[in-house]
Amino acid sequence: MNIAVIDKIMLNFFAELQGWFALAATTFARVFRRPYYYREFAVQFDKLGFSSLFICMLTGLFTGMVMALQALVQLKPFAATSYVGGMVAVTMIKELGPVLASLMVAGRVGSAITAELGTMVVTEQVDAMRVEGTDIVKRLVAPRLKAMLLALPLLTAAADAVSLLGGYIMASGYGINPTMYLKGIPQFMVFQDLIEGLVKPTFFGFLIAMTGCYVGLNTRGGAEGVGNSAKQAVVVSSVLILMFDFFLTKIFVVFRG
Amino acid sequence: MSGSDSIRMEKLSYSVGGRKILEDFDFCLDRGVNRTILGVSGAGKTTILKLLLGLLPPQSGRVCIGDVCITGQPESIFSEQRKRIAIVFQGGALFDSMTVGENVGYRLFEEGRLSEGEIEGIVREKLSFVGVEEALNLYPAELSGGMKKRVAIARALAANPDFIFFDEPTTGLDPIGVYNICNLMQRLQAEGKTTLMVTHDLATAFATSERFTFLHQARMIFEGTEAEMRASTIPEVQQFLQPTKESLFV
Repeated sequence: MNIAVIDKIMLNFFAELQGWFALAATTFARVFRRPYYYREFAVQFDKLGFSSLFICMLTGLFTGMVMALQALVQLKPFAATSYVGGMVAVTMIKELGPVLASLMVAGRVGSAITAELGTMVVTEQVDAMRVEGTDIVKRLVAPRLKAMLLALPLLTAAADAVSLLGGYIMASGYGINPTMYLKGIPQFMVFQDLIEGLVKPTFFGFLIAMTGCYVGLNTRGGAEGVGNSAKQAVVVSSVLILMFDFFLTKIFVVFRG
Repeated sequence: MSGSDSIRMEKLSYSVGGRKILEDFDFCLDRGVNRTILGVSGAGKTTILKLLLGLLPPQSGRVCIGDVCITGQPESIFSEQRKRIAIVFQGGALFDSMTVGENVGYRLFEEGRLSEGEIEGIVREKLSFVGVEEALNLYPAELSGGMKKRVAIARALAANPDFIFFDEPTTGLDPIGVYNICNLMQRLQAEGKTTLMVTHDLATAFATSERFTFLHQARMIFEGTEAEMRASTIPEVQQFLQPTKESLFV
């Protein structure tokens, strides 16, 4: 690989990064300005939120069950199976709940946002809106961002709750009674953990919505371009979620002292 | 003709990925003079429409709508000027998620100056003008190609623009569909709208325009009336008007 190729790759990368931040900044600047497109927000909330509820709950249920199963196997030799509730809670609410729900939503909704906006771009619907005097960011990006910022923490909370239920189902199979299971939870968790468990999906929701919208609005090249964009949005969103999960956790750890 | 009654491109250059689409291009669309831009596929005809609307940023030169130069300005600044123009895109570009009625009334709903009843009245009037009133509650996916184009024309008319751009309006239509679109364009012109069309379809072009611009290799190589075009000795223009067997395989 010669230097010119590396130069071109770096230039493209920084141009994309600049475009992403520019769109994010523009969206923030316009998200609280009229018109608010309430109807579009409601439609997007339904599409992004309610439609993803089942898949997030299913993910939470089975992850909670498998976490409980693993914990029970590991804790049994130490006669510490009563801590299983706490272990499931701390793992799911702080880490796996936000990350898995966000990855599910990135795969299901992030790609859908990109495909929808990408199709609108290649069929010139976005150009038509601009000619009609519509602010594309207010009309297309802001409602999706707002819907995602509201929906993803709620979906994560639902997934967390169901995962605790799944953990309980598993634990009850090993003779752990409900009281012992529930008592273990506050022993491992503090209120700040709940806050962290909701801040993370809010931030991940921002990443998913902005990446989906940015990639969608920059789609080129017809049906193939739309397919490539959808794939790119899912990959980029997923990688960003995993990367920023680490950074956010690090920040929380530092602030906790 | 005053500057406020025209749309102009001055010394405009535009390229994509190093390929020159337009170079030092001057163009003027005066109100009341219906014009067609001709040229082979990929000559940059649609690009001209998008540059005139401020949908693409030129590398150099400028575009003025009336007395306002829109090049380098944010859209919020020139959106008022752009409201004087409407465009009928090649595929119609109707909004998939909206009914025909919502598509036609889109700009009026966005402006929010009229009541829903008033907007519905205008929408019905425009749909009736283009002959697809029965499609009011259908979605774009339920329309034929010809109906989509007519609905797109109705949408363009809804905000009462001075200028209407047509991007290949007859492509993919049967002869009756082509006749209907030509007829609609002539009726619009009779109502005082100025049309700018890009097309390969010479019959439609000659039926609906007074002046013609011919593009070749990023430059305008001809500008004039139909008679001047037919009398032109420019080889590319003659080849376009009367393609020979040899020219087809060049």
